[in-house]
Amino acid sequence: MPSHDGLPEKNKLIQMYQKMYEIRRFEDKLYQLFLTETMPGTMHQYNGQEAIAVGVCENLRKGDYLLSTHRGHGHYIAKGGSLNKIMAEMFAKRTGCCKGMGGSMHFIDVSVGILGATAIVGSGIPIATGAALSSKLRGTGQVTACFFGDGASNTGAFHEGINLAAVWKLPVIFVCENNFYGFSTPFRKTTLVENIADRASSYGIPGIVVDGNDVLAIYEVAKRAVHRAKKNEGPTLIECKTYRHRGHSRFEPAAYRPKEEVEEWRGKDPISRFKTKLVKMKILSEEEIENIHRKVEAVIDDSVEFAKESSDPEIEDMLRCVFAESEEA
Amino acid sequence: MEAKTIQEALNQALREEMTRDKVVFVLGEDIGQFGGAYRVTEGLIEEFGEERVRDTPISETAIVGAAIGAAITGMRPVAEIQFNDFLTCAMDQIVNQAAKMRLMSGGEIKVPLVIRSPVGATGRAAQHSQSLEAWFMHVPGLKVVLPSTPYDAKGLLKTAIRDDNPVMFFEHKLLYGGRSPGGKAKTAVDEMAISMTPAPEEDYTIPFGAADIKREGQDVTVIATLLMVHKAMRAAVKLEKEGISAEIIDPRTLVPLDKETILNSAQKTGRVVIVSEDCKRGGVGSEIAAIISEEAIDYLDAPIKRVATLNIPVPFAPKLEGHIIPNEDKIIEAIREVLS
Repeated sequence: MPSHDGLPEKNKLIQMYQKMYEIRRFEDKLYQLFLTETMPGTMHQYNGQEAIAVGVCENLRKGDYLLSTHRGHGHYIAKGGSLNKIMAEMFAKRTGCCKGMGGSMHFIDVSVGILGATAIVGSGIPIATGAALSSKLRGTGQVTACFFGDGASNTGAFHEGINLAAVWKLPVIFVCENNFYGFSTPFRKTTLVENIADRASSYGIPGIVVDGNDVLAIYEVAKRAVHRAKKNEGPTLIECKTYRHRGHSRFEPAAYRPKEEVEEWRGKDPISRFKTKLVKMKILSEEEIENIHRKVEAVIDDSVEFAKESSDPEIEDMLRCVFAESEEA
Repeated sequence: MEAKTIQEALNQALREEMTRDKVVFVLGEDIGQFGGAYRVTEGLIEEFGEERVRDTPISETAIVGAAIGAAITGMRPVAEIQFNDFLTCAMDQIVNQAAKMRLMSGGEIKVPLVIRSPVGATGRAAQHSQSLEAWFMHVPGLKVVLPSTPYDAKGLLKTAIRDDNPVMFFEHKLLYGGRSPGGKAKTAVDEMAISMTPAPEEDYTIPFGAADIKREGQDVTVIATLLMVHKAMRAAVKLEKEGISAEIIDPRTLVPLDKETILNSAQKTGRVVIVSEDCKRGGVGSEIAAIISEEAIDYLDAPIKRVATLNIPVPFAPKLEGHIIPNEDKIIEAIREVLS
């Protein structure tokens, strides 16, 4: 199917919309569940940032790698992870993606290239460098995408990990989701430079700033970065300016953010924007969009059923997961 | 050719494992062109090339992090951290990532990673003289290995590389026996010659969790690690002349720990001295002593005695360093004490 003015082809656009909506509704469902049920643990919600996970992951194949964070539910869904498995993980069930042993901040699905999510800010960056090194040594052509926030850009791990990937010309793309707050701390209070992407030049690699609420703009930028990586030209640092609709974690109300600022960004909701665009371009009708919404709601409801019916992990499961038994003596 | 020094033994192990399995590679500071600060990786870059023998920037977090990323995607990296004191720079990657990724993922992934690093005081002052094994013994999800002879070093490093888990592999600077910038290594090894069992030039492995009785004895159990194994051996030779028979046990691995061998010996002799170069407070001796107390108290005829470094950052002046590090005299004194 030919693309419209250099845009991805129709099916891809529809898929992107569906994925973004799925992420949003998954997060909304969790919010509801936390209010009405005894859900263990916490969560760090991705509402408002959906364009980034989807725009990047649409450029990745199943076998490409992804490193995620504590705010990683969106990455997981965008990369093709199973909703049943993460809903079950939220309920700490044995059928969860981590068998109930990881929780919200550590989703993993190696079958779709998700190598894990870390809650230590910045720590995934050197690990992504290592995954990229691995694919280079094995000659597989796999690319690695590493997600992190504005807070990570001030860690030593950011500096060391990106520098090493740059000097070794590794096939990795570094995606910074700048939502302007590290928990409660505004970015401008921690950093003098306005654009994190400008730091790329200190590693000798390209740094690109993009509207983090424009899924098609992100798609294009990520496409070029993945292409550069595949040509063995090295990594790229992409900075997506965005905003989280909710607080830092669970029910944290983010009272430290000015109301006008929150409202301004909510007005730039990536999903509404994309929907408006798709309708205007006649890619989707309102009715088709409602169908997609219904489909997504059903799948999410199914995942809750699945999770509730699943059993808890066993003690033996846990004991087997400290060390791996070597195959050879 | 058999490997008469630990440096040669480790070098042989790396060579053999890198030949055996293409996914094994090494990375670290000065390990490639220079051959490693203690020469352990000498000649590897000539044989295996730059792709598999990688010099890194001074970036311990990235060295370990990259090794982790490679390990979870099918490779078997052996990372060298030039001095174990610098492991502190990579603690998040070691403790919060490598050690925990398997459990956090519900067993989805494994981390077949080796981190090699030298310990020990050699006159280079506080930041280049520590022995931090106990920190890693304390973290679930890490294996901890410390070989004291060429024979042990080669067999244990091979096992470490083939193990599917993160292994902290501690070597002692004064036991390498190779050429070193300061020339200290060779001198120490000359003194230890009687106990430095060479490594044969063949493929063999030593399992983890198997302590080695380096010297059999009847009167006292001396559990010792790394350089202290050799100091204890010399002490034992001296004490033999007085009719005291000391049994020396080298655990070789702290995690997993061979409790059986240790407890059998404690039961046999009823008297235990633990000698290690780490600081006494919270050191490896603490854990081993607690285990013996918990499981063999009825067999003990005296309290367990630990000989370890004083709780002081290692000072530069040789006289002061000598005062705080365990030596033969302190070992002998401790043995006499448990026998009195």
